Amino acid sequence: MMNEVTNSVVEALPQFQGYVYPNEANFHPVWSTLIVVYPYITGLVAGAFIMASLVRVFDVKALAPVYRLSMLTALAFLLCATLPLLCHLGHPERCYEIMMTPHMTSPMAIFGFVYAWYLMAVLLLELWFDYRQDFVKWSKTTAGFKGFLYRVLTLGVTDVSEKSVRLDMKMEWILSIVGIPSAFLLHGYVGFIFGSIKANPWWGNVLMPIMFILSAIVSGIALCVFNYIVLNWIRRRPLDMRCLDAMAMFLFYALVMDAVVEGLDVLHRGYAAEEGFAVLQTMIHEKLFYTLNIGQVGVGTLVPLLLLGLLQVLPRRVPEATRRVMIFCSGAMILLGVLMMRWNVVMGGQFFSKSFRGVMSYKMEFAGQEGWLISAVIMCLPFIILTVLVKLFLSERLQPCEHVLEKSSKA
Amino acid sequence: MNHTINRRSSLLRMGAAMAGLLTVSFARAAKAAVQTVFVSTTAPKGYDPTKHKWLMCIDASKCIGCGLCAEACKKENGVPEGPYYRTWIERYIIPKPKPGSDLTRGEAIVDSPNGGMHGFPEPTLPKDKIEHAFFVPKLCNLCENPPCIQVCPVGATFTAPDGAVLIDPNYCIGCAFCIQACPYGARFLNPATKTAEKCTLCYHRISRGLKPACVEVCPAEARIFGDLKNLAADDPLQKFYEKNRVQVLKPHLGTEPRVLYAGLDKEVR
Repeated sequence: MMNEVTNSVVEALPQFQGYVYPNEANFHPVWSTLIVVYPYITGLVAGAFIMASLVRVFDVKALAPVYRLSMLTALAFLLCATLPLLCHLGHPERCYEIMMTPHMTSPMAIFGFVYAWYLMAVLLLELWFDYRQDFVKWSKTTAGFKGFLYRVLTLGVTDVSEKSVRLDMKMEWILSIVGIPSAFLLHGYVGFIFGSIKANPWWGNVLMPIMFILSAIVSGIALCVFNYIVLNWIRRRPLDMRCLDAMAMFLFYALVMDAVVEGLDVLHRGYAAEEGFAVLQTMIHEKLFYTLNIGQVGVGTLVPLLLLGLLQVLPRRVPEATRRVMIFCSGAMILLGVLMMRWNVVMGGQFFSKSFRGVMSYKMEFAGQEGWLISAVIMCLPFIILTVLVKLFLSERLQPCEHVLEKSSKA
Repeated sequence: MNHTINRRSSLLRMGAAMAGLLTVSFARAAKAAVQTVFVSTTAPKGYDPTKHKWLMCIDASKCIGCGLCAEACKKENGVPEGPYYRTWIERYIIPKPKPGSDLTRGEAIVDSPNGGMHGFPEPTLPKDKIEHAFFVPKLCNLCENPPCIQVCPVGATFTAPDGAVLIDPNYCIGCAFCIQACPYGARFLNPATKTAEKCTLCYHRISRGLKPACVEVCPAEARIFGDLKNLAADDPLQKFYEKNRVQVLKPHLGTEPRVLYAGLDKEVR
């Protein structure tokens, strides 16, 4: 009986049109919402870090007020970056094999190392060098657990002489320089995971890593804008408009680059019109119509381009309050648009059969391993971690030392 | 430039060369040891994979679409019910062109209900409107350059020396990357074991001198199986590839499939 039921279900599954390989006629794609969230979070990390590097490497002084917030944002999201991957594994208990016996030709295996390098060698170290002097100061002025924590975080290096601090600054600068290619590598690799799949014309594309990097930068800056405005709104503190305008400017130029490369990708696909192009057209016109044309292109790219572009053209004419709202809305829309972009890449690549003869629909489940609830939880987690980090390391009560941006630029 | 070779430098160089050679051999020995210890296959003890080179070829013009092969495969390998197939049969119906349309043929209709396991229903087109109709059995294409193996993050899937592309179920982490990378849809994630699965050429059978289940039950001899290292005097496999002009699926992807097909059509991919 059960047998018959299963078979009839398989035959009558309404979500398939045309022919799909029998192994593809599954109830949901093998990579679902968790794998949408994974490149999204990783991209936010890379973008937030590159935003912070503008301060350290390129000495953009206007952005100094968000330097620490961007670094902590990158850390909070990086700590959660592998969670979606882990949750989607059939055997999460074997995940350590990726690091213990990596298969060197696999992009996913190398990602483990890139991730570890980025977390340990770049982000944590740079944060430590940046904060060490403050940890020493705060450990003396704060009592209780927090004071103890700061003391532990100094790692016993309590020398705050001019020479020692200068070394901190120098190391930070070096790490920032190493960090930029590392951030590119981190997210470029995520793009490569998809771009290397030649079996799938929606994914297999040399531009994929570049598009991922650019959209990561865009989403990372947008997240910093979002966090900066929200944090100051919660603390009822005025925004540094010079900083916000600078972020908006970088956001605009990054978005222009991103839009150009993604447009180039579409043009190239249309012009080359290789095998499977017809099915890709179906994706754009039907299956991904709302998330691609409206979500990613309209809400996520064109409207923010217009708003931010307007601010670049007429910087002085727009009053401050309106500017704030425009920048905030652009940031939020970009964050949404980049999430849509991840959805379009990950799900789009699975909405058609590799026989190019059929397409499938997908209705998200709520609970379970493939449900969107767990993805939503994973998406919230970095914000919770960030709240804790901000309370500990960006507290209003604990002022940082004469923090020495001038010194750092001289170093 | 004054370039002198003294004892010390040459000794150092020789030492380095020796060390290099030792490292290579040591690494090779270690790799072999790791393979024998960690890789689990279903072959019996004493089976030497280096003495065989298995190959399956398909004569699509002989397939009658009875579906016995797909059914036998499911039973033999305990493949779960539902949309999970190690082998399946596709039916291609190519209609005649509409009168006066100046085309050579209509748009192909392809189906594979339940992987063709219980045969195929009557075609929806009347017979006089059909130009060609044929069946194509599908399975793992045993690629020379398998993209599935390339992407596996832990190396749980590998090509055995005898040509079979296998998965170690005790090692697979179930990330499904290989399923995405296979251009032929030959892999699936087993819902019970949560690991990737595919055609193994019935490795537990061929390593004991038997034929794969699908080959055993095929009444039309559409599946031709053999051992390239131990060809018999009039081996059907050798006859097949000598007699036919053969094709592979999706050759433009550079996967170099070893499974050869005779009697395909341009619509098959």
